[in-house]
Amino acid sequence: MKILVCMSNVPDTTTKIRFKEDNTKFDDAGVQWIINPWDELALTRALELKEASGGSISSITVACVGEATTEPTIRKALAIGADDAIRVNAVAQDSYFVAAQLAEVVKQGSYDIVLCGIESSDYNNSAVGGMLAEFIDVPSVSSVSALNIDNGTVSVNREIDGGKETLEVKLPFVAVVQKGIAIDPRIPNMRGIMMARKKPLTVVEPVDADVLVEYEE
Amino acid sequence: MSVLVYTENWEGKFKKLSFELVSYGYELAQKTGGSLTVLSIGNVAEEELKKLGQYGATKVVAVNDDKVKSLENQAYTSVIEQVAKKEASKIVIFANNFAGKAVAPRVSVKLKAGLASSVVGLPISYEPFKVSKRVFNGNAFSNITVKSDVKIVTLLQNSYGIFENPVETAIENYNAELEDSYGTKVTSVDKITGKVILTDAEIVVSAGRGMKGPENWTTIEELADVLGAATACSRPVSDEGWRPHSEHVGQTGKIIAPDLYFAIGISGAIQHLGGISGSKCIVAINRDPEAPIFEAADYGIVGYAFKVLPELLGAVKELKNS
Repeated sequence: MKILVCMSNVPDTTTKIRFKEDNTKFDDAGVQWIINPWDELALTRALELKEASGGSISSITVACVGEATTEPTIRKALAIGADDAIRVNAVAQDSYFVAAQLAEVVKQGSYDIVLCGIESSDYNNSAVGGMLAEFIDVPSVSSVSALNIDNGTVSVNREIDGGKETLEVKLPFVAVVQKGIAIDPRIPNMRGIMMARKKPLTVVEPVDADVLVEYEE
Repeated sequence: MSVLVYTENWEGKFKKLSFELVSYGYELAQKTGGSLTVLSIGNVAEEELKKLGQYGATKVVAVNDDKVKSLENQAYTSVIEQVAKKEASKIVIFANNFAGKAVAPRVSVKLKAGLASSVVGLPISYEPFKVSKRVFNGNAFSNITVKSDVKIVTLLQNSYGIFENPVETAIENYNAELEDSYGTKVTSVDKITGKVILTDAEIVVSAGRGMKGPENWTTIEELADVLGAATACSRPVSDEGWRPHSEHVGQTGKIIAPDLYFAIGISGAIQHLGGISGSKCIVAINRDPEAPIFEAADYGIVGYAFKVLPELLGAVKELKNS
């Protein structure tokens, strides 16, 4: 079984958000970039599942759509424990474009479980996971707060009004995860950081995809 | 532009957000000279469907099928796609809640419709279609333009309001084409019944770090019980695990607009106020007279929650009994 964790490179959530050019552009000067917190939790859960799987989960791959400047953040995901990484060499323009790129990554790698954070802490679109699932025509479950694998059966919990539901899902599928999926994100240790330098980070060129939404310039 | 609104019900009764979405859809249809269609999925009685007419729904399409009993993303996407195509909808509106987040992105790909999520207020312009959306967890807003022919909006809950525009409602029962089964199956539901949904509640009793620990929530729950209110909490409380994450109100949690909001032992950080500012009346109890919550509150009690609460509870009980 192979797991793909989609990640977004976002400004550190403690960063003071500043704008430039008459408040129309995000000012990225001096900004610390991190793995989107929800994606980091998704990665943590994927690693927990792999460790408990007794070898049935063969690899955890992370994928990110971004330019070369996102590589330090991708390396951090490798340091935390992902086995390899794929970077789609393109500016993440809108959710539709990003999801189309990730759909291609999933098709090429035939992953069984794809994990996406419920939103990115910068644009809060809550869109990429669901769009990706529709592009590759597989089931998706959103607001997932628990993911378990028991004898090959995959079940998830999701939040509903006034409670929660447990669902069984057929693979492959996309889980859009929120808080609760893992308790604390993992912090890379020195060994992880050293090993991350040697782990494969493949760069692929983007496929043609439309951009449907434009942010004001 | 013809508008399609996706509504939600809770055990056959429309959620408050549905009326807000219909009010919003009505306004968009009016401004663009288009028609408004409202979609209801699930087992909702005709009398309840007619309530949507109060907010401007001239046409309601009702889909009631066992296959859409629980939220199956692919099934719901298919229903919405079929209705949107049938009605030639150009704008599809969802709430920015868990159902909207689950289904709207899939519909976006199906209809090749640009998705504007966490939208606040009416569009800034219709040609081009430009809206304002929440970004950086509510720390900023950004204007975005949706360029595709069909557009999808998920509206930030309780950000627009409910407006009455009574019209005659035509109801159409529609049989959507669905597969026999999809890739997910609900195996168990753990739902508290008989309780008020937080985002729908008219009264909310909310407490913060001032409560010192989860063991002190009994009086909060009792007060909520007596008032028929929902319980809520501030972010540190859910982060500490004292209360479930689903109770967290604020910029990064749920955004609510009850008639009456009790903030007990909550200092009122700007992030918290962002989630409650739509409340009609805010009552704050805090021992610190300088706490920012008092700036936002309509009524304030300066004092220890542990001292004020039992007295408040007693007074409410007395009022209820009389």
